[in-house]
Amino acid sequence: MIAAQLPALQIVIPLLGAVLTAMMRRGSWAWAVALAVSWTMPLIAGSLLMQVLSTGPISYALGGWNPPWGIEYRIDALNGFVLVLVSLIGAVIMPYARVSVEKEIAPKKQAWFYTMYLLCLCGLLGITITNDAFNAFVFLEVSSLSTYALIALGRDRRALLAAYQYLILGTIGATLYVIGVGLLYTMTGTLNLSDIAGRLDGVENIRPILAALAFLTVGISLKLALFPLHVWLPNAYAYAPSVATAFLAATATKVAVYLLLRYYFSVFGVTFVFETLPVSTILLTLSLAAMFGASIVAVFQDDVKRMLAYSSVAQIGYITLGIALANQTGLTGGIVHLFNHALMKGALFLVIGAVFFRIGSVKLDDLAGLGRRMPITMGAFVIAGLSIIGTPGTAGFISKWYLALGALEQGSWWLVLLLVASSFISIVYIGRVVEVTWFRPVGKMVAGAREPPTSMLIPSLILVAATIYFGFDTTMTAGVAEKAAEALLGANR
Amino acid sequence: MSGEALVILAVALPFAGAVLIWLTDWNANLREAMTLATAGALIWVVLKVLDLVLTGAAPATGALEIVPGLSLALAVEPLGMLFACIASALWIVNSIYSIGYMRGNKEPRQTIFYVCFALAIASTIGIAFSANLFTLFLFYEILTLTTYPLVTHKANPEAVAGGRTYLIMLLGTSTVLFLPAIVLTAFIAGTLDFTPGGILEGKADGPVIAVLLALFMFGIGKAALMPFHRWLPAAMVAPTPVSALLHAVAVVKAGVFSVVKVIVYIFGVDALASSGNGDWLVWVAGFTIIAASVVALRQDNLKARLAYSTVSQLAYVVLGVAILTPLSVIGAAMHIAAHAVSKITLFFAAGSIYTATNLTEISQLNGIGRRMPWTMAAFAIGALSMIGLPPTAGFLGKWFMLSGAMETGQWLPVAVIITSTLLNAGYFLPILVQAFFCEPGEEVKAHAKGEAPFPILFALTATAAATIALFLFPQVPLALSRMLAGL
Repeated sequence: MIAAQLPALQIVIPLLGAVLTAMMRRGSWAWAVALAVSWTMPLIAGSLLMQVLSTGPISYALGGWNPPWGIEYRIDALNGFVLVLVSLIGAVIMPYARVSVEKEIAPKKQAWFYTMYLLCLCGLLGITITNDAFNAFVFLEVSSLSTYALIALGRDRRALLAAYQYLILGTIGATLYVIGVGLLYTMTGTLNLSDIAGRLDGVENIRPILAALAFLTVGISLKLALFPLHVWLPNAYAYAPSVATAFLAATATKVAVYLLLRYYFSVFGVTFVFETLPVSTILLTLSLAAMFGASIVAVFQDDVKRMLAYSSVAQIGYITLGIALANQTGLTGGIVHLFNHALMKGALFLVIGAVFFRIGSVKLDDLAGLGRRMPITMGAFVIAGLSIIGTPGTAGFISKWYLALGALEQGSWWLVLLLVASSFISIVYIGRVVEVTWFRPVGKMVAGAREPPTSMLIPSLILVAATIYFGFDTTMTAGVAEKAAEALLGANR
Repeated sequence: MSGEALVILAVALPFAGAVLIWLTDWNANLREAMTLATAGALIWVVLKVLDLVLTGAAPATGALEIVPGLSLALAVEPLGMLFACIASALWIVNSIYSIGYMRGNKEPRQTIFYVCFALAIASTIGIAFSANLFTLFLFYEILTLTTYPLVTHKANPEAVAGGRTYLIMLLGTSTVLFLPAIVLTAFIAGTLDFTPGGILEGKADGPVIAVLLALFMFGIGKAALMPFHRWLPAAMVAPTPVSALLHAVAVVKAGVFSVVKVIVYIFGVDALASSGNGDWLVWVAGFTIIAASVVALRQDNLKARLAYSTVSQLAYVVLGVAILTPLSVIGAAMHIAAHAVSKITLFFAAGSIYTATNLTEISQLNGIGRRMPWTMAAFAIGALSMIGLPPTAGFLGKWFMLSGAMETGQWLPVAVIITSTLLNAGYFLPILVQAFFCEPGEEVKAHAKGEAPFPILFALTATAAATIALFLFPQVPLALSRMLAGL
């Protein structure tokens, strides 16, 4: 009985959790609720994905209203995979959150932090699970609004500015998205994504469809921080509370990528997007610009959090590169990197959060010799950093392997060289941190530092271990990504 | 124990040893005992595997598939066997030496030093026994990463700068050139397994093969082909045991070993020889041999001269395979062994001088042979081997290479080998003359009280003896080299 309602529970539980925490005053109680919710989510998402992998896509009519009148939740390999990713990250981060939040956020606001976090989680899961264009917009707004608040909770006063900047750009993005949805609705008369897909072929006047594609692309690209629409991201990541940064970096942009994939492949169709329009060329160019531009900027950052933020923009470039390749191997690479990057960037931000917890700064110069005082923490940083570089034996290598093979399949050998050249830049920016933290004499800010509390250390280490584990066992990552890519390309209209 | 278990054990032992060393941080004697015990166990296992290989077996493990076409697997073939023997045998000697050196010079952070050392050996054995390009690449990268802390061990600005060059050049070449070469190979051939005769024949056009070969040769930065050799002199800021075992044996040999493996088992010697796509490699290797020797002539720092000599000697190995005849491939394999024992002797001697006297420059060494006769006698044997004179091991490799080149009428390699022999003599003999026949200079008088500590002397005597022994009894390495060349 309950098994049949799992898709709804995936959304309802965090929403109820948010309501519950909003009524609480004590941060620790709110944390307990958030923890309970976060640990339930992967169970639901995991069983949904298992069900999809064994019996095929699940369709769920919300409130018993059958589509197209009601809202349909629809889970296939791709969004099942993303659901698992988002909920797993939430589950790993929550135990870490308590001490970090106590340190970084004023006591009165702590419960609100968890409320915002749960709303954000609810929104992200909602975007992923729904098969309804407008419902996705609603969840997009739920997650965005809570994200603005999460960022603004940062201690640094610049957090307010960063939140405001993101608020403006995020709203523009959401507006463009809803305009695109409106156009699609006008032309097809439905909001159900599968129905829209079915009716697009019959539409004679193609111009509004093109406009819809453009609006949706730009709107979603703002959310996923595709270069050059990434300007909100570095500030937002740098000044948000550590927990929020880790959570958002690992999940928010990934969900936006998912939405883009959904529209491109399931709604508009490969043929329309990639053969009749130059989307592939545009996306490829922007991805490369991100991979190089953002990586080079990352090299010159003094603030490690900002550096990682620019690195995120670059890494998102890898994911969109996989989409631009639009062949089985390349797309698999893009999707698997969506997962792998979430793990490693989540790990890196958690580690840096732990550093901030101990020494109160993440400026590179303040971290001199930190490796000698916090060897486990900084060792974790090195391993996650290697995954960013794409060293064999880490998850990052798997993504790059698929992307490179995908590029070769397309005959673009030069793309392989660009791919590895941008990895080279990541050696430089990760190497800088390693050199300062391990081989400089211990600085005065670091002198008294020691390893962070276990509750922070363990979640970081879990993610780091995962980046290594998924460098060897890829059945759950590349295996599922391959299925998802196959389904996306197989729609083939 | 089955062959498969032995092979896995050989790679796992030093990894486990690293953990044990780390756990015994609290007692220096126990910690050193761990290093020696692990090294002893390793050589025992490797010799067991050698027994199997000499009887014609080819122990291998099953493949752990990571993604289709990419798998982790170990397999022993003759060259890898030879390399593993060299690395594990010299690790014992080097560990004894390290103990003397690290304690004699009161180096800080010794635990992490021994841990990284064990990890580096583990990855070296992994490289030696890898069954496919991916496995090799994985251990190749681990080797770079675990030796980086050893290079920067002193943690002064000079060491950090050297380490930076080291890391950027090695990771850079492997990421930007080696990795695309592997991807391209997988794409063209559909497999990455090391297969006798190669896997690329008939699968791609000539220009593609030529480009692929260039990507491999320069991408394997550890082989230090010019212009990607700068990391090796930079690595000399490391403590001498590191320079000795890692930057004369394990790391650089991993480079040339990979070069030989790629040419023999990926391209195929015959396929490459008949297509002519690899002819340019003779020129690059020849240039590196000569140019590095000329640079070595001009170095006054002893370790720097040895480092450039290594760059030159590594290119011999590349030249050996680039000649593309079975005899020259034997020469390349023999030279890997010969250069290993002789260059480690030279570095041991350099470290011995430094430990006993704190001297590092060649111009300061007038008459040092009278104060440190053991050290300099060993140095002399190593130097003769570098030049390639009998009765030292260095003669063998050059002999086979020359035979191979002459047999096929390739006069360029012959000219290169002869010229460089003269150059080698030009930068090694003056040191010997200075050491033994000049009156002791001020520095030597001021600093040289006597020989270095016993462990150091023991180690360098052992490797010097091995240099001669390898000439007199080359049966085992020769047998392995012949199996490699298919003779």
